[in-house]
Amino acid sequence: MGMTMTQKILASHAGMQEVKAGQLVMANLDLVLGNDITTPVAINEFNKMGVNEVFDKKKIAIVPDHFAPNKDIKSAEQCKCTREFVYEKGIENYFEVGQMGIEHALLPEKGLVVTGDVVIGADSHTCTYGALGAFSTGVGSTDMAAGMASGKCWFKIPEAIQFVLTGKMQKWVCGKDVILHIIGMIGVDGALYQSMEYTGSGVANLSMDDRFTISNMAIEAGAKNGIFEVDDKTLEYVKEHSTKVPVVFKADADATYSRVIRIDLSTIRPTIAFPHLPDNTRTIDEVGEVKIDQVVIGSCTNGRIEDLRMAASIFKGKKVDPKIRTLIFPATQKIYLQALREGLIEIFIEAGVAVSTPTCGPCLGGYMGVLADGERALSTTNRNFVGRMGHPGSEVYLCSPAIAAASAITGKISSPEEVM
Amino acid sequence: MFKGNAIKYGNNVDTDVIIPARYLNTSDAKELASHCMEDIDKDFVHKVKDGDIMIAGKNFGCGSSREHAPLAIKTSGISCIIAENFARIFYRNSINIGLPILECFDAAQDIEEGNEITVDVISGIITNNTKGKTYMAIPFPAFMQDIIASQGLINYLKERTED
Repeated sequence: MGMTMTQKILASHAGMQEVKAGQLVMANLDLVLGNDITTPVAINEFNKMGVNEVFDKKKIAIVPDHFAPNKDIKSAEQCKCTREFVYEKGIENYFEVGQMGIEHALLPEKGLVVTGDVVIGADSHTCTYGALGAFSTGVGSTDMAAGMASGKCWFKIPEAIQFVLTGKMQKWVCGKDVILHIIGMIGVDGALYQSMEYTGSGVANLSMDDRFTISNMAIEAGAKNGIFEVDDKTLEYVKEHSTKVPVVFKADADATYSRVIRIDLSTIRPTIAFPHLPDNTRTIDEVGEVKIDQVVIGSCTNGRIEDLRMAASIFKGKKVDPKIRTLIFPATQKIYLQALREGLIEIFIEAGVAVSTPTCGPCLGGYMGVLADGERALSTTNRNFVGRMGHPGSEVYLCSPAIAAASAITGKISSPEEVM
Repeated sequence: MFKGNAIKYGNNVDTDVIIPARYLNTSDAKELASHCMEDIDKDFVHKVKDGDIMIAGKNFGCGSSREHAPLAIKTSGISCIIAENFARIFYRNSINIGLPILECFDAAQDIEEGNEITVDVISGIITNNTKGKTYMAIPFPAFMQDIIASQGLINYLKERTED
């Protein structure tokens, strides 16, 4: 029986010729990831194991990005304990504030994940690397600890939903609209325990940044991973960023899928997720009048250079509504520098936007843009749960950088066409 | 075997409401437990008693991978969670920290807040003492039963390395 792309990658890392959906396997890991929130819990568990060394100093990446630069004394203690562990164990891939970026933008940029890898991360958005044709999935701190000690992790082989993409996105539509459209269609548990596998002629029309955004939010449909068929664009990206050798896995022609969903990208409209679930979506045409208090552009979902370019093309020569707080977070230092060189940062500041060093802070209501009771944010981040960005009485609407920028100018959820 | 009263929630209970991120600047289990469920149920920490059983609808524990979520629930005194189904990272995390969780559509639908429930984790038999009914959960694969019996993944791995 044929295997899906995910099944083939997992089989190869479990040393097996064939695997079937539902089977439990123990797979070898190419990378184990943690951040300043999840690593301290993992360190507690690691220390209980009675192991002194990590399995491979080169195959662990630790990024203090959530409450770093330190948000308060307790966060500083968490970062300190993480840092001390890193230096004691000799972990090579640690990125201190100054080199740090949001982990899921940073790791591909640093070439730490390539096509064909198996990666676990103690962060739910670890599924982002599916854009590279890797199997990557979020786990908790105990799995991270066991992974750091043994280089292995147990997996239940998932079934897959196949998404066959055709056509080309319209102007002002990007990867974020595609994934919000999909989540709106299948629901927040629509891919529970399953892989989302993207294929079809439309994939070639998606940039790598679009693909990272789409894979990133697989978890918001409950999926284990969201993975793209590998093409020249993928391999070019990997070659540009890494010295590691990519291994290309292709789904068998006779692979079975739990569902096949066909999507013509040209039919997708800018899409917004209303509170309080990412599947509560409406197209821009159905939004009506929704006034906002704050706009956030950034995160592991939409803090990449194309996102900033899209926002800047709308902000250029315009001003943010004076009643709106607008914050932009380039996802990594490299992206920040590139945006600076391209003149994007100047456009943002002249428009009245606050530009910050990379951090996950606002996305999870940590710091740097926390909402008060009754306030409403429009955000390019990935979750709009109750209290996600602050007070449990606040609201979060999710959208693309284009919608976010246009709305910052008008003060209500708006299409770029209204301001251009 | 666990015995306790049911505390019931709905569908798609996410880890942000189980333990809001504003409290993730600590990994102290007791401190986390003191804020458990507060964004959807301010009374939870006052009403929960040791051994109580949490009941929920579908996709329980969706969202963030924070292990602080099952840790907060376990430390609050909850002995077991029964739901229609669970988000996969939450499922893994619960097993890994030795918090038994069972998937059972009938029990999740039928059990009401305050019902007295007995759970046999190994057989998967759930008894509603208040209503005089039993429900059958999907039993764990042997591998996961072993992890739960060892009180979590770390002990399970330790026991096997020491063999």
